[in-house]
Amino acid sequence: MANFLYIFRGGEMNRQSPQVMQQQMQKWGAWVQQLQRDGHFKAGEPLERGGKVVRGKQKAVTDGPYAEAKDLVGGYLLIEARDLDEATELSRGCPGLDVDGTVEIRPIASLDM
Amino acid sequence: MIPELDFRRESARILAALTRILGLQNLALAEDVVQDVLCRALEVWKYEGPPRDASAWLITAARNRAIDLIRRERTRRQFAPDLELRSEYALAPTVSAMFKDNEIEDDLLRMMFSVCAPNLSEPAQLALVLKLLCGFGTDEIAGALLSTQAAVEKLLARGKETLARGGALYEVSGRAQIEKRLESVQHALYLLFSEGYHGSSEPVREELCAEAMRLCALLAQHPVCGTPRTLALSSLMCFLAARVSGRAAEDGSLLLLEQQDRSHWDRSLIQRGFDLLDGSASGDELSEYHLEAAIASKHCAAASVSETDWPGIVELYDLLHQLRPSPVVALNRAIATGEARGVEAGLEALGALSGEPKLSASPFLPAARARLLLRAGRSQEAAGAFAEAARKARNPAEAALFAALEERSRD
Repeated sequence: MANFLYIFRGGEMNRQSPQVMQQQMQKWGAWVQQLQRDGHFKAGEPLERGGKVVRGKQKAVTDGPYAEAKDLVGGYLLIEARDLDEATELSRGCPGLDVDGTVEIRPIASLDM
Repeated sequence: MIPELDFRRESARILAALTRILGLQNLALAEDVVQDVLCRALEVWKYEGPPRDASAWLITAARNRAIDLIRRERTRRQFAPDLELRSEYALAPTVSAMFKDNEIEDDLLRMMFSVCAPNLSEPAQLALVLKLLCGFGTDEIAGALLSTQAAVEKLLARGKETLARGGALYEVSGRAQIEKRLESVQHALYLLFSEGYHGSSEPVREELCAEAMRLCALLAQHPVCGTPRTLALSSLMCFLAARVSGRAAEDGSLLLLEQQDRSHWDRSLIQRGFDLLDGSASGDELSEYHLEAAIASKHCAAASVSETDWPGIVELYDLLHQLRPSPVVALNRAIATGEARGVEAGLEALGALSGEPKLSASPFLPAARARLLLRAGRSQEAAGAFAEAARKARNPAEAALFAALEERSRD
């Protein structure tokens, strides 16, 4: 088994009705619960929209990140799967995909040789 | 167990409070803030579901956004002029106070009265009630009112412009000020309920009925808005809603009154209907809502169709017809006459309506005739009349019911 990071971008529900947003929330809940039940879920949290960015040798601090909504990282999940194929397959259940969101799947680099 | 969270309801509550603070002229801005708060809630809650105090979370988020917004914009925009929002010292306490439960309930009433304005058409009022007070989306309103999304968008856009020009929310205080518009509010809620109860696309859309009942209960609780007429309207809704679960069989097909299993009727709602009807008798006014509620109460009180007080119902329909003459009331009166005074009297009363243009498309006139003909043993004629009713049916459930009755009459 190996660990993978799901990085979620976009999938904002702007201009949707309250009912549709609530349904979207319930779909997410069901998906995460399924991952938990099947033993894939390890951790996961949403991220605030704003924050700070520190750059370069000067360690200059700016507000940010100022990415477009569709490129902004909205949250992450840490999951356990057999391999990248399984992790990719599992990510297809992500409800954000139905509303123009993306899931980036990144294997956590293993220290084992 | 996390309490049932309803985004629709929460959004309507927050919007009412924000509109009170920011002013009706900033309705669009208030809607943006609500949208933003809900989006944020979705982002934060989607992994693990909403927290136990979700409602309070939403209120706090809306309050903080309102304070930020006012701080940023107060030199450029006019907000509610009667609130102390200009001084930094008073801003946060003032805004916080406006988000208390009882304030929000008053704001919902203010919004309700604002939307039921004489310069807004009935369809516009209904669309705005669903949008601003029930948190429906445009496509959901189109589905509820059997309209297109484009038409609803137009209604809402124009309606909101008209509202925004009004500046402040309607002040729901003082008897004279309230009475000036209370009837329009009651009428809009009556229409909303009817749309759900008698609407033509599906037999019953319980959601619309439930929303109308919720708003009517809010009205009934208010010391001045809770007039005998309001209580009568609320009572009527209870009696009708109590019978919803008996109106269809398990497979979804419609049932006639005499086929319905009355043990499926909601006894606690019926009791509430009677309590409200008692309360509505305190004044000297006898409104159409009193009469309709009294008629509905007689159905609810009866153990079966044959044990129903039909003569009493005919009398009430007579009064209703004097007060609000309409072809539909006349039709119902004729049906009750058939039950109270026999087949011939019923057929005669129905016959008098045969030239009524407003009933020419209704399936209920031929269906009522068919049932009387059947009772008189004239089954061939009855079958023909049921066939006519089936042709005029407004939805597949009605068509199926009348077609089955036609078939049965021919046997």
